[in-house]
Amino acid sequence: MFAVIDCNNFFVSCEKAFNPALEGRAVVVLSNNDGCVVSRSQEAKDMGIKMGMPAYQLAEQMGLKVGEDVVAFSSNYRLYGDMSRRVMTVLAEIVPSMEIYSIDECFASFKGVSVEQIAAKAAEIVYKVRKYTGIPVCVGVAPTKTLAKVANWYAKRYKGYNGYCIIDSEEKRLKAIGKLEIGEVWGIGRRYSKFLKGEGVNTALDFTQKSAWWVKKNMGIVGLRTQMELGGQPVAQLDVREEKKSITTSRSFGEMVSSLEELQSAVSSFASACAGKLRQQGSAAGCITVYILTNFFREDLPRYYNSITIKLPEASDSTFVLVEEALKGLKQIYRKGYLYKKAGVIVGEIVPCNAVQQNLFEHKDNGKLKSLNNVLDSVNARYGRDVLKIAVQGGLAEEGADKWVMKRTWLSGNYTTDIKDIIEIKA
Amino acid sequence: MSTKTAVPGISVELPEIKAGFPSPAQDYVENGIDLNRELVKNPSSTFFGRARGTSMEGAGIYDGDLLIIDKSLEPREGAVAVCFIDGEFTLKRIHFERAEGHVVAIWLQPENESFSPIKVTEENQFIIWGIVTHSVRSF
Repeated sequence: MFAVIDCNNFFVSCEKAFNPALEGRAVVVLSNNDGCVVSRSQEAKDMGIKMGMPAYQLAEQMGLKVGEDVVAFSSNYRLYGDMSRRVMTVLAEIVPSMEIYSIDECFASFKGVSVEQIAAKAAEIVYKVRKYTGIPVCVGVAPTKTLAKVANWYAKRYKGYNGYCIIDSEEKRLKAIGKLEIGEVWGIGRRYSKFLKGEGVNTALDFTQKSAWWVKKNMGIVGLRTQMELGGQPVAQLDVREEKKSITTSRSFGEMVSSLEELQSAVSSFASACAGKLRQQGSAAGCITVYILTNFFREDLPRYYNSITIKLPEASDSTFVLVEEALKGLKQIYRKGYLYKKAGVIVGEIVPCNAVQQNLFEHKDNGKLKSLNNVLDSVNARYGRDVLKIAVQGGLAEEGADKWVMKRTWLSGNYTTDIKDIIEIKA
Repeated sequence: MSTKTAVPGISVELPEIKAGFPSPAQDYVENGIDLNRELVKNPSSTFFGRARGTSMEGAGIYDGDLLIIDKSLEPREGAVAVCFIDGEFTLKRIHFERAEGHVVAIWLQPENESFSPIKVTEENQFIIWGIVTHSVRSF
């Protein structure tokens, strides 16, 4: 069985964890430069505030007073990154194995957990993560990842489930997918959803009743995988789908790795892959997260998981910058004496490249970096990925450049990463 | 000193790699006393806070002290807890008032005679946010 563990309204929940007075209020978190709504409390959703809504529309179109009717926060990715690390660490102690999928979501394998124990395990996850970190999560459990996402969808929406939903019988599977609108299925984007509805496929159940041949012809292998998964047939290697809020590159090592050098080369290739993806879609990242973990399957070996999120001086799509920052981060979290099974790099705070404002105090020659990156991309495009790589220990960028500050009117404190920002307690 | 690699179109400076015997002290570097390890037993559930005020001086917690707070711990009778009551964090000792084995009320006890205990009622927005495990004071 697979489980999907997903933090509820993650960014908003991080803010609420350090500001319990926000309980019961409409709260939103805004994207970079306070552009648009990227996370909403349930109360904000109930008010009709939509995901992606530009911030100015809160007042202009909805007539809401920001600060009174709705509380807004600027994105505090340092806080969210650290809280994510805490949530994942708590999970790692409960589940036999896991795959971190994004900042607020992870898959876990419930292999070896007996049917009777699954509900108890799911309940334990909901309780512990909430208690230890203050972050509410929902758990969906099912025989495939796609069905686990379906179960999670129900766990999120129906309070009676107490945060977890398990699809463990054919009857439950049919009931769950029978009521689920096709557009809510993981991996079915807006375009396919429109296409499918045009073909009379309105629910996930309808989709599973189409012939495999038809699905493959119209939606390719990815569509076919989704169909098989909805049917209860697990398909390996699912982690190919696009991220919205961040880009993740990670890999499990064939053999366990212990030296810093080996991790460095893995992490630099992940960071470089992220940079390539960013350039491909014409965007830049404002922060980079590096994580490493040992094999959580091996109870006989010491376990270790850690991650770090680094704020970039300015949003960047440069392989050089991202690799350099990722390696700095790796150095801080690396501990000797462990056998590492997996490492990954996540880039976040993604903005379109033309929106990137230059750091006035940055000494780097961005023009030169750009042309180097272009060379990297074109060579790699022609001859396959990673033909051209950066020699790792370069140190191209200068340190100590002043930080360029985005528009962050409603930024909360770095309660967990800056001693000056810790909560104050009246004694 | 540095060497240069010649990759078509790119030239990157590489720092020279030092060779020779590693320092015999190298392996012992990590064995120092680490307060994080000693004072933070549950890193994922441990948070820091700053005490502001004098109501807990009897417990040895003074204005400006750094508090180490573990959210994973259950509030035992007499525990020093970070509570959230009516819009603010407050630091007090927890006392459970019991009748016939059941908790009938929660009291927040200060440790300073000029403050009075607070009885938590249903009207209060109240949570026990975390349990203080250590307090660090700078002299």
